[in-house]
Amino acid sequence: MLQPRIIACLLVHKGGLYKTVAFAKPKYVGDPLNAVRIFNEKEVDELMVLDIDATREQREPDYALIRSLAAECRMPLSYGGGVHDVDQFERIVSLGVEKVAVSAAAVNDPSLITAAAERVGRQSVVVVLDVGRGKRGPEIKTHNGQRATGLDPADFAAKVESLGAGEIVLNSIDRDGAMQGYDLPLVRAVRERVSLPLTVLGGAGSLQHIAALVREFGIIGAAAGSLFVFKGVYRAVLINYPSRDDKARLLHDALAIR
Amino acid sequence: MITIVDYGLGNIEAIANIYRRLDIPVRRARTAAQLADAQRIVLPGVGAFDWAMSRLDQSGMRATLDELVIGQSRPVLGICVGMQMMARRSDEGRCSGLGWIDGEVRAFDESSFTQRTHLPHMGWNHINAQRSGGILAGLEQDARFYFLHSYCFEAHRDQDVLARTDYGGAFASAVQRDHVHGVQFHPEKSHQWGIQLLRNFAAV
Repeated sequence: MLQPRIIACLLVHKGGLYKTVAFAKPKYVGDPLNAVRIFNEKEVDELMVLDIDATREQREPDYALIRSLAAECRMPLSYGGGVHDVDQFERIVSLGVEKVAVSAAAVNDPSLITAAAERVGRQSVVVVLDVGRGKRGPEIKTHNGQRATGLDPADFAAKVESLGAGEIVLNSIDRDGAMQGYDLPLVRAVRERVSLPLTVLGGAGSLQHIAALVREFGIIGAAAGSLFVFKGVYRAVLINYPSRDDKARLLHDALAIR
Repeated sequence: MITIVDYGLGNIEAIANIYRRLDIPVRRARTAAQLADAQRIVLPGVGAFDWAMSRLDQSGMRATLDELVIGQSRPVLGICVGMQMMARRSDEGRCSGLGWIDGEVRAFDESSFTQRTHLPHMGWNHINAQRSGGILAGLEQDARFYFLHSYCFEAHRDQDVLARTDYGGAFASAVQRDHVHGVQFHPEKSHQWGIQLLRNFAAV
């Protein structure tokens, strides 16, 4: 049986790994390659690496870094940041990355999703939706949450699915780094509109938050940053991840209650 | 010696890193000349079918690969799209496949699914081995692998199916005909289960 995915999400900023709170206050948490090696040992289900500088600085993805991450990674890797055309999708996949994520570029030009899916296959095309508060409810934002788009997350999710996206990463800006739990109403609103694989990011502060997500939604991607890089109330940097047994028990219990 | 076919797609370095850690000699072939004396061949792949086939054609290695696998019966392992390329054709594209294993690549048929699922098939899933030993030695029970695909291999001969996986219904997650092996999942991204499979392939 297919298992829910528990995904570690790493943010690359100034060449290092950082963790943010509400998309701000970046705190240094370590070296990217070193983190990948630790996550290999911990048998993480999947790794997501987002370069939070590339789009804002209007620069190309750091292909040298992506190449070395992909070579080091013994688990599937998805990369996002600074991707805006089909040739970049192709180049990043050819470096050994399984999935490539777009956010602002998908909002600016949704046809990119279709073109990318035709080239690299829809399974490798991920759309990240950064969702914050808008005037009339939840709204998609881009450029690290700085630009409002006026787009409703559920409507836009349905649109990108129909255009050929293979996965949606639903990221709550307000929950980022807060470690108070996922935005479940937002997940509900999007889940009922799309049938593709959905990954939720923003807010996980404990394994119970992941269990709550799996209990309600079954096969889903549960992604977290802070949870897997910080330990304790003082947020000391310590890369951690549930053991194979702990993870199996957590998922088994959560799925059994459904 | 393992030779990884580098036609510009798939995670060559991750596969090579695993073999290096296992102290199994490994190299990559980018040209027909580099491929010519390959003993055991890994054909990796991530991406769409036509893109993969056209990249292989452009690499100039296709004829040599055919000769090694069909003419000289060298063991080969196709991964993900590398497995799908071994079929005659794919619903995903217009190019013809390598045709090493009798079958076609089909889109998952959601209308036939017995439970609610999401497509693409993405994540960790079990395999049910149809035979023991070979590349699945030690993996017959409780092994899990990472899958990422919307299309799957439909083998025309039942005996070519090495393992099945349940996703809305059973599909062929591994195929084998003599020395020709294909896996739909990514062993290079499947932790110690994948490492075991790659180690097994070096010994078949």
